[in-house]
Amino acid sequence: MTVRTRSAQVAVDAVGTVLPPGTDRPTAVNTAAVLFRNAAVRLGGRLVWSGVDVEVAAGEFVAVLGPNGVGKSTLLKAALGLLPLSAGRAVVLGRPPGRARAEIGYLPQRRSFDPSVRIRGIDVVRLGVDGHRWGLPLPGGERSRAAGRRVVELVELVGATGYAHQPIGRLSGGEQQRLLIAQALARRPRILLLDEPLDSLDLHNAAAVAALIRTICQTAGVTVLMVAHDVNPILSSLDRVIYLAGGGAVSGSPTEVITSATLSRLYQTPIEVLATSDGRLVVVGQPEPPAAHTDRHDGTGHS
Amino acid sequence: MITAAAADAALSWNLVRDVRQMFAYSFMVNAFRAGTVVAVTAGATGWFMVLRRQTFAGHTLAVAGFPGAAGAIWLGVGATYGYFAFCLAAALLIAAIPTAGGATAGRAAESATVGTVQAFALACGFLFVSLYKGFLGGVNTLLFGSFLGITDGMVLTLTAVAVAVLAVLAVLGRPLLFASLDPAVAAATGVPVRALSVAFLIVLGSTAAEVSQITGTLLVFTLLVIPAATAQILTPRPALSLALTVLFGLLVTWAGLTVAYYSPYPIGFFITSFAFGLYLLARLAVHAHDLLGRTARTSHPAEAAA
Repeated sequence: MTVRTRSAQVAVDAVGTVLPPGTDRPTAVNTAAVLFRNAAVRLGGRLVWSGVDVEVAAGEFVAVLGPNGVGKSTLLKAALGLLPLSAGRAVVLGRPPGRARAEIGYLPQRRSFDPSVRIRGIDVVRLGVDGHRWGLPLPGGERSRAAGRRVVELVELVGATGYAHQPIGRLSGGEQQRLLIAQALARRPRILLLDEPLDSLDLHNAAAVAALIRTICQTAGVTVLMVAHDVNPILSSLDRVIYLAGGGAVSGSPTEVITSATLSRLYQTPIEVLATSDGRLVVVGQPEPPAAHTDRHDGTGHS
Repeated sequence: MITAAAADAALSWNLVRDVRQMFAYSFMVNAFRAGTVVAVTAGATGWFMVLRRQTFAGHTLAVAGFPGAAGAIWLGVGATYGYFAFCLAAALLIAAIPTAGGATAGRAAESATVGTVQAFALACGFLFVSLYKGFLGGVNTLLFGSFLGITDGMVLTLTAVAVAVLAVLAVLGRPLLFASLDPAVAAATGVPVRALSVAFLIVLGSTAAEVSQITGTLLVFTLLVIPAATAQILTPRPALSLALTVLFGLLVTWAGLTVAYYSPYPIGFFITSFAFGLYLLARLAVHAHDLLGRTARTSHPAEAAA
């Protein structure tokens, strides 16, 4: 646990640099960072979800929950503007999705670099800083040196200084995940979209990475939208939960949403939420996703 | 022609005299010029190709040059034009493969289509060679390369294409690296991943056409893959490994040309053998380094436990 407190401390010290001083940041809750109104997405003719209303205020830490194949990643891609809405509308930082990409840090699902990838961790972080620019950087130029300093700062922020110079393919899942979070933070985003960042990490690493994300959210005011398979590692720091199921969504505080009554209504089947003595939640009776998704959506049972 | 050159070429212990003797022949000067241009271009493009794991596409583009060159000779046009026309056409064909259905599905469809294109290209090449009777000696040259008979005009064409390829790579380099390593994030930050992939295939096609003219269509990997693979084994620093790739390419090309000048055996074999030797050395060096590193690490058990 000492490791966790130490990395969290580093984050507090360095996180002030995520935003330059004087950056205009809406502190009022009335400015929604991410807004979906009656939104729907179709993928290859299949309706993934519809009638989704989501409102995420700036600076909130939000979890996107739901069973496999329900369209959690799709929600993040729609917010990025990588997938078009088939109905309804979406607003991200006051703009249509896709126009705000420069201010969004994105961590896609389950990326790991295999051992044959011969690029250092800091090179991967550096791509987040200026990988989108055309042309070659002047090796001694001011911009190049600034980018180099930024990379060092980011690597310290996520507590990866010890291994950032090794080839990324040789690092463990947790180490890679930290470097990828550093990469996502590179351009001082106002929103972080994280797709199952704790997946495939062991308990210790999951707790440490969750603490890091919480610190970034709280101290720098970055809005975090995080797809999670298991809500427990982040439950205590969540402001809001978006629960996707059966083609629709329910959004609210964790205590409102993760209850037997709400989830039973959402799934239209009896579901029980049990709390363990240490405050963790267990959802029982959650239906497995049907093998063929078309069965579910072609039926008239839902929405 | 090889025997004619070899007849009055005798290796002495005076290196300066040997080199001067070699460069007295304009065909050798042109061979070195063309070899240098090709090695640099192949190094830069090959580095990205190995990183993107598109070696199979690279090989297919090179093989597409075989029917191109054979067809051009049959029609009485310069082989150079045939190489470029067919390599670029194949690049556009591979680029036209739809990548819908996710990255993995796209890649599987790509390798199957690439294989199909390659088989058809080889078959066409064989047909063109058969149509042009009395050309059989030239098949070896097309497949395994030659450094003889490179004209000033060819050197000029090769240089012009090389400058274009290197300029395009310099402009696209960083986003291309991003899109190669991490397409999902690159796309999310606004990098045009699909357009870059098409652009790179065209660059790869042009480079394959260039390299084929020296190493032959079957031995392009000698300059396109081996130097890049060797450099990427040695260092994970992008700038350094790119520089090493070009350096290795130049070294094996110059060494291959020199040895081929004094020997009756084909140049493709020499360049490939030198490159293969370097690759083996690099693997051995890294293996030895890892073994030493592991011994050092086990002597610090506290670090491993942390």
